[in-house]
Parts: sequence; C-alpha cells; structure tokens
Amino acid sequence: MTALRTGVTALAVLLAIVLQAALLPHVGWRGVVPNLCLLVVVAGALTRGAHFGVVLGFCAGLALDLAPPADHLAGRWALALMAVGLVAGLVRRDERPTIPVVLVTAAVASFVGASVFGLLGVVTGDPGVAVTDVLLAVVAGVAGDLIVAPLVLLPLMVLLTRFEPQRRLA
Amino acid sequence: MALRTPLPPSLGDLGNRPSGRRTRPHWDRRRWPLAVSWGPGDAAERRPPRLLVVALVVAGLSLMTLDQVGGDDSPVDPVRSVVGEVVGPLEVAAGTVVRPLAAIPDFFTTRGSLRDDVAALEAENAALRDELATSDLDRSRLEQYDGLVAAARDQQGSIVPARVVAHGAAQTFTRTVTIDAGLTSGVRPDMTVVAAEGLVGRVIAATSTTATVLLIVDSDSTVGARVGRSSEVGFLSGNGSLTDPTRLDLELVDASAVPAEGDVVLTWGSAEGQGPYRAGVPIGTVTQLFSTPRDTTQRAIIDPFVDLSRLDVVGVYVPEGTASDRAVIGPDGEVR
Repeated sequence: MTALRTGVTALAVLLAIVLQAALLPHVGWRGVVPNLCLLVVVAGALTRGAHFGVVLGFCAGLALDLAPPADHLAGRWALALMAVGLVAGLVRRDERPTIPVVLVTAAVASFVGASVFGLLGVVTGDPGVAVTDVLLAVVAGVAGDLIVAPLVLLPLMVLLTRFEPQRRLA
Repeated sequence: MALRTPLPPSLGDLGNRPSGRRTRPHWDRRRWPLAVSWGPGDAAERRPPRLLVVALVVAGLSLMTLDQVGGDDSPVDPVRSVVGEVVGPLEVAAGTVVRPLAAIPDFFTTRGSLRDDVAALEAENAALRDELATSDLDRSRLEQYDGLVAAARDQQGSIVPARVVAHGAAQTFTRTVTIDAGLTSGVRPDMTVVAAEGLVGRVIAATSTTATVLLIVDSDSTVGARVGRSSEVGFLSGNGSLTDPTRLDLELVDASAVPAEGDVVLTWGSAEGQGPYRAGVPIGTVTQLFSTPRDTTQRAIIDPFVDLSRLDVVGVYVPEGTASDRAVIGPDGEVR
C-alpha cells in the first residue's frame, strides 16, 4: 500500500512537471503558468498532514529544480514547496476540509511558495529579480493556481485519499 | 485501472467499514468527501518532527550553496542532466501531443488558403530581412580585405532544425526553453540558436534528446554585438521580460560612437568552438538611444527581430560535418 501510494504521488509530481512545462505555456498569461507541482504538494499535505507534506514538498521541489528547462539555483523550489507542504499540512485538522477551506489553503500555499521562491532569488542575488517583479509574479501565480485548483486539487485529494490507510472513524 | 480495484480484505479493519459511498453513515454532504478520519489528535500526531524540518532546510540551503559556489562546474549539473534524460523525452512527447491542440484556434480564425499565403509571405519576408540585415555588415566589411573572407564564411554554416517543446515559467525569472534536439542530433552546450529572423539564444545544457536554450532576453544573457553600419562593438543584455515590449540593452564600448535609430545589430561572434555565439547573426534594430553624463558609455535599446514569446521552429548552428540523427541544413542550403 505504501509503495503504491508513493508511486502514485511520484507519478502525479512527474505529470505535473511535464504538463507545466509543455502544455500550460500555451494557455498561460504573460508567461505565468499555474504551478501544478505546488498543487500536488498541497493535495498531499491536506490529505496526509504536515509530516508527509514537508517531505513531499522537498522532493517535488527538487524535481522541479532539476527538470529542464529550469536554470535557477537548485534547491529554491525545494525550500519553497517544503514551506508549502508545512503550511498546507498545518491547516485545521479536527474535521474534513470543506471545498472553500481547500481553495483558501491552495491560495495561501501558492502565495507562500511563490514568495519564498522569489525572496530566495533576491537573497542569492539573482540578477533578473526585482521586488516589483516578484510581487507581480506572485499575484499572477496565485490567480493562476486558484483557477486550476478546483480541477486539479479536488480529484487529486480524492485519489490520494483512496490510498490512505484506513483509520477508525472518530 | 488499478485505482478501481477493490482493496484486499486483509487490510486491517477495512472490513469493519461499511462498503460503498452511499451507505457510509457519517456522510455529510456539505463536506468534501474524504474517507480519512480527521479526528482530534491528528494535528499533534502528524506534525513533522522539528529535526526533519531543520534537516530538510539545511539540505536545501546547502544544495543552493553548492550550486552557487560551483558556478559552471556545479556538482548539481550531473544530477540535472540525469533528470533531464528522464523528463526531456516526456516533454518532447507532451509537446508533440499539445502542438496540434494549440493550433486549433488558428483553424477557426484563418482560412486555409490565407494561412498558406501568410506562411509563404512570412518566409519571404524573413529571408529578405535577413538579407537586408547582413548587407549593412557586408558593405562595411567589404572595405576591409580580410572582412571579405570572414563575411564569406558567415554564410557557411550547418544548421540542425529543432522545435521548442517547453517553456520555463515566468515565476522562475529565467528565460529558458527546451528544444527537441539533443546530443544525438549533434547539439552541444554553447552552440548558437537562431530562428528564421535572427538570433534566439544559446544552448546551456543538452541531454541525449533535448537541450535547454537560454534566450537572449534572459537577464543572465550577454551577447557580444556589433552595429552593422559602423562596426562599433558592444555588449547586449536582456531585461528578463518576454511580454513587455521585448527589448535588449546595448552598451557600446566606445563612448563617442553614436548608433543611429534603425541600425541593425549583429553578433560579434567568437572563433569556431571557442565561444557561444557565431559571428554575423542578425539580432535586432536600434530603437532608442540613451546617453547619461554619468555613464561613460552609450546605451541603446534594441528591438529583436525574433518574437521570442512565439518561438516554434529554431535552428542550432553545428560545426561542419557533425554527425546527427536528423536532417542537417548544409551551408549551401541543401538538406542532407
């Protein structure tokens, strides 16, 4: 079960990376595309908690850092998506999340992820990054993520939940 | 599909659970239907150990440091190329599937015959522009005998055609694309990438089937450039933006040289195999001029010939006689 779950999650991450690079630029706005990888991490963290979210975020981010055509410092998305996994995993967990909670979590996670990524760029002195650019990309990225979140996040959460080991209902 | 397979009964207390979605007793229609228990105590139970978070943060930071300090010989690069070998072919496949879909809107907006006419005229236009762009340089070089030889060699070159299959996201602040030609097609890092209208960028990494191209608008990109009419040399750098009027900043070495608006800018180039850019590839035209008293150099804004936000077919200059698994356009224009 665990191996199957890991496999499905890895497959989702791989699919997200490929679609994000090859399909979405055709529908993106001014080059800003929805970050599918981030949504996969949010889905994983919401269904399985912060512990899983942190590890998944780090691994997915690392893959995003290394897959072509990425050329930024390796580790930036890893740290950003790790923060995303942590934030999404710490959402109120005393009851099942409602759809609005899921969407707000996705928006907050997208904001956190894009901000951490952008700010790491500013800190490491990436020459192309001005603070205004970061703000614009963050806002546009959050909007894009929110648009695709219902299409990606909800089915993914149902899928991942199927592989969750059954617990006794409270 | 494996997901629909019923779970084996041996899985713990699964049997105790009422089977089927409709009969689940605790079902609340307003809630998002997740089968997991979200009871109290989960939060504490699933909160990640602080040690794990610290370890991962340190791992990420050290990775960034390694990559930063490593520079061109970064120890991360081998890992990058391994990942590229896996993801690259998938991107090529996805790009192949997506391309006809992306073209669907065109079918509705343009009639077939007009499309053909436009394509033919665009090709002719590109050819004429290219001719016009190089003629300024050729004219100035004709005045020097040695320039004649160099200009003749400029026309000689083998090009491996390729298509753009993936674009880097704007959120990453790097302007890179993936093309579907790689090491097996003869593409190596530091090769010049062009489109029909002019310079696109250079290859910065190659896997066996794909290559990553740094566009000239990337803020990391610097191209040695020469103004065609005056032969003044300078450096051209991008501003990282594809969509605001795409523009490149040209900084001339000689402060007293003033390029005119409309002048064509070409690559200055380096010897074969020594550096990234071929000589004499047209880049764009001068659109604006700046000269501040504080600066000791002239600045000009260059409008590139190539629309870098709509890249599709590009070519990679390869050395003469490169072994390639696909057709190569030779210096005489023949395909072999």
